[in-house]
Amino acid sequence: MIKYIFVLHFFIFNLLCAEGTLIIGSKRFTESYILGEIIKEVAENTGEANIVFKPGLGNTGIIFAALQDGAIDLYPEYTGTIAQEFLKLPLDHKVDLETLNSKLHPLGIGADILFGFNNNYALAMHEDQARKLNIHRISDLILYPDLTLGFSPEFLKRADGWEELKKAYHLPQTDITSIDHSLGYEALKSKQIDLLDIYSTDPKIEKYNLVMLEDDLNFFPVYDAILLYRLDVPQKFPKTWKALQSLAGSVSNDDMIIMNVKAELVGENFKRIAHHFLSKSLNSFPKEVPFWEHLKELGLWNLIAQHLFLVFGSLIPAILVGIPLGILATLSFSARHFILNFVGVIHTIPSLAFFAVLIPLLHKIGVVPALIALFFYALYPIVRNTYTGLSDIQKPLRESAIVLGLPLLSRLKLVEIPLASRTILAGIKTAAVMNVGMATIAALIGAGGLGELIVTGLALNNNELLLYGAIPACLLAILVQLGFDLLDYWLVPKGLK
Amino acid sequence: MAIFLKNVSKCFKEHEALEPTTLTIEDGKTTVLIGPSGCGKSTLLRLIVGLISPTEGQIFFDDKEVNNHHIHDLRKKIGYVIQDGGLFPHLNVRDNVSLFARFLGYPSHFIEERITFLCALVKLPSTILNSYPLKISGGERQRVSIIRALMLDPEYIFLDEPLAALDPIIRFELQKQLKQIFSYLQKTVILVTHDMREAAFLGNEIILMCQGKIIQKGSFQDLTQSPTEPFVTDFIQAQQYASELA
Repeated sequence: MIKYIFVLHFFIFNLLCAEGTLIIGSKRFTESYILGEIIKEVAENTGEANIVFKPGLGNTGIIFAALQDGAIDLYPEYTGTIAQEFLKLPLDHKVDLETLNSKLHPLGIGADILFGFNNNYALAMHEDQARKLNIHRISDLILYPDLTLGFSPEFLKRADGWEELKKAYHLPQTDITSIDHSLGYEALKSKQIDLLDIYSTDPKIEKYNLVMLEDDLNFFPVYDAILLYRLDVPQKFPKTWKALQSLAGSVSNDDMIIMNVKAELVGENFKRIAHHFLSKSLNSFPKEVPFWEHLKELGLWNLIAQHLFLVFGSLIPAILVGIPLGILATLSFSARHFILNFVGVIHTIPSLAFFAVLIPLLHKIGVVPALIALFFYALYPIVRNTYTGLSDIQKPLRESAIVLGLPLLSRLKLVEIPLASRTILAGIKTAAVMNVGMATIAALIGAGGLGELIVTGLALNNNELLLYGAIPACLLAILVQLGFDLLDYWLVPKGLK
Repeated sequence: MAIFLKNVSKCFKEHEALEPTTLTIEDGKTTVLIGPSGCGKSTLLRLIVGLISPTEGQIFFDDKEVNNHHIHDLRKKIGYVIQDGGLFPHLNVRDNVSLFARFLGYPSHFIEERITFLCALVKLPSTILNSYPLKISGGERQRVSIIRALMLDPEYIFLDEPLAALDPIIRFELQKQLKQIFSYLQKTVILVTHDMREAAFLGNEIILMCQGKIIQKGSFQDLTQSPTEPFVTDFIQAQQYASELA
């Protein structure tokens, strides 16, 4: 119980965005999680600020918007991404720190503290096939127009991504598949694709026997890891900033690959990897951890509590708003079309797109936009079922209540809502179960919950971790369903059974 | 002069369900609306009850025109029974019959006394009071519906095909009971039926309708002995023939 109160407190604390709080973000892939943990530990050690860590945020667009809006204070990024994606600098533009900062400062953002390694984009293919076709350089690809290329959605869209690469190298391939980065390796292994985009510190190069193709035209910009921060951070937290500066040049490419291997292939958790790195004991490999210890380490109970908070924190307002809206749709012909279309259209917005719209609107990431999005998703089944339940009441019953002399509100309360209760409850049940699933996506915008394990597991290509999130989420959905069946038993009038 | 309709008509989209009609329903009598399906008899009753409003014309109760302002006051004076009873399935029999009285804040001892009296009147055992509508027979449901209609001792009792869904034995039983109740209470009753024998048995006054028009108004004897149109005789004979065949 105390734990739940603590979690609730954590959320409220987050909502208020208290002064003296430094919010660290990270992107949704291994390296960024690890760098985030390193930054977090260094910042925490100074004891100057309250540190909040929001790992695994959406994609590049979402996290940059979050930084601009002050929803986070800093996060690890790459110089190439900043230059091409945020500042839209031409590809041949010389990227030095001064240039970057002169463009970033007007946005209230600075780039500093080069960690010491780079993570460039690269193309990779299976060793055997590369040897068979005698492909070593990207320009060799010109000879093989029939290759199937599988690229992450991000690489397909980026200014330094596929389109420009194709132009620069005059590549002839047309069979392009868009595939999530973490799923690309398996697709390559099962020969569904021949080539994919990777990062140069990618630990899976070894695991999947990949070879990186030489970028012989030096097309890909340099991606040096760097800290992107809001300009007020150094003044607000001078001690913390000084400590973070000590990280400059401290992470070599080899360090980063080892840490990535530890996370993705050994399965060690990010926090511990970061700690080992900072205490200069990177070479110690972990002991087997007992199952229950492991659950505790993952913070499963906290995640479940956060998940439930997301589900019910959005469901209860949706009930309070949805049932009256459903009633209004029944009563007023002109309101009906507007209401039903409105909640219906909202329901069709892809969740990630919805989150991406909410973040700049609210200047916030995390729990608030997640609750709002889940609220709107829950609205549809509740409004729809309330409307259906009420309008399906047999005409003679409705008229009996009218002629009896009951005024509108009493009629609703005493007759129509009880008669429709079963359908209304079914709508609420649908919304609740759906929200359990939908809330897992909220992890992409730092709202926590079981989705954090799923998202991390997906980023790591770690099925075990993914299941640690997915199985409790399924069980939770079943429990919620059972809970509502019980509620059905209590709330639906006896005469209707 | 109890209920007065002045040039009342009702159109549903293109279809004229009731042609302009002027009509007086007299106090203390049982008036039966009868006619073939779609003749406008139910439309006429629904207009009087206020479930639909007239396309043109006015309806008066005791010289007061029915409008949205005092329709709620008027409804306290109306008891209404429909085919199948229209009982609320989520409430047990006691709660069904006392729903409106409780809403108006009547004391519970008054309600209990009234229920006991009405159960005796319609010959319904009080053991049924805790049952739910879907668990009792069709005849019992109609009796409960009559209790609900009589609960606040209304001045007007309107019944829309109350016995149509019942089997013949129960129907005959209830017809006899209704006759007793109506003559005991001396209320203004309007009953809609398509059964001429029921109309003859229960009605002081019969209004025969066809295609949205009143064909003839009078006692059963008036209709048989001095029909205004051949249709009147045809309708009565057709029903007699049907019952002889049966």
